Amino acid sequence: MDIKDTLFRPVFRDNPIALQILGICSALAVTSSMQVSLVMAVALTLVTAFSSFFISAIRHYIPSSIRIIVQMTVIASLVIVVDQILKAYAYDTSKQLSVFVGLIITNCIVMGRAEAFAMKNPPVPSFLDGFGNGLGYSFILMAVAFVRELLGSGKLFGLEVLPLVTEGGWYAPNGLLLLPPSAFFLIGLLIWAIRSLQKDQSKSLSSA
Amino acid sequence: MLADYALLLAGTVLVNNFVLVQFLGLCPFMGVSNKLETAMGMSAATTFVLTLASVCSYLTYTWLLVPLDLTYLRTISFILVIAVVVQFTEMVVRKSSPLLHRVLGVYLPLITTNCAVLGVALLNINQAHNFTQSLLYGFGAAVGFSLVLVLFAAMRERLTVADVPEPFQGAAIGMITAGLASLAFMGFAGLV
Repeated sequence: MDIKDTLFRPVFRDNPIALQILGICSALAVTSSMQVSLVMAVALTLVTAFSSFFISAIRHYIPSSIRIIVQMTVIASLVIVVDQILKAYAYDTSKQLSVFVGLIITNCIVMGRAEAFAMKNPPVPSFLDGFGNGLGYSFILMAVAFVRELLGSGKLFGLEVLPLVTEGGWYAPNGLLLLPPSAFFLIGLLIWAIRSLQKDQSKSLSSA
Repeated sequence: MLADYALLLAGTVLVNNFVLVQFLGLCPFMGVSNKLETAMGMSAATTFVLTLASVCSYLTYTWLLVPLDLTYLRTISFILVIAVVVQFTEMVVRKSSPLLHRVLGVYLPLITTNCAVLGVALLNINQAHNFTQSLLYGFGAAVGFSLVLVLFAAMRERLTVADVPEPFQGAAIGMITAGLASLAFMGFAGLV
């Protein structure tokens, strides 16, 4: 298993959201603007990467009967650090993310990688695996946020791209894209697109 | 006063539905909604744990973390409280009703990682709820979760016999269906 494969496999071939349907809660909730999504994506990528790294580093000392609670403690500590940093340096964004930073703990991607990969592999590949899965998550998050913010409010990262009718431009924004249902539709379509491109995977996972 | 509580409950169940509007608890929502029977078992277990966990985490926060000035540790303490509540529920159910344990047993451990449970605990703090409000908020969230889960399971049972294009099968069509359900729930928006 080489570095490139560990890092990029989860982004397209084995995407945690699209193919394994893990960690979709926050992917849906924070994607109405790109800036918030980016912060969330970075936070989750860092937490996944470092929790995999630390759990893998102590994997020989964790008794298997209490491994879940040890993993949770490691993840929770990292989440608290991220939460405090966000509150200190990006207070507005942290307000918009509200509870979703805290909810990284229960994000199945983080626990899933710790349990499935970090417990069996040395620290450095685990770090890369966590980082790759974080990137896979980020990729979906940014893709959904791109469509929602561009078509919903005519902006990208808060900068005007499509001039709105209300401000003398030509684009009438589609308000539905800022509302919850659109997130479901977009992720559904994205899963469909990725599975159509990778026919071999859709069969085995469609029952999940 | 009573009207406020009724509004909070109705608002949590229908208007700010945890699954469809706030996007919490989607993993079990997609995971166990394939069969109506499992969905009902999961709903019952979640309702009980969510209400209890909401109250317990509120008490932990108010009587332990605030006096000790450790509020930044809330996420880690809530997750431990939830794990304890789940474990406790499992033990009580196993001892008191073996029948119920057979029905709910497999779902209980899954609830620890249900983000709706931790979400309720954290939102209680964010919105400065008092004891009764926390209780109702937890219960309302659980009822909303159960309602949507059971409705959705019924729809998915029909979907399995429908002729869905292959790449859409499973999760993709599930998400689209959930989107339509979410759209329907927006009709409740003016209620409260």
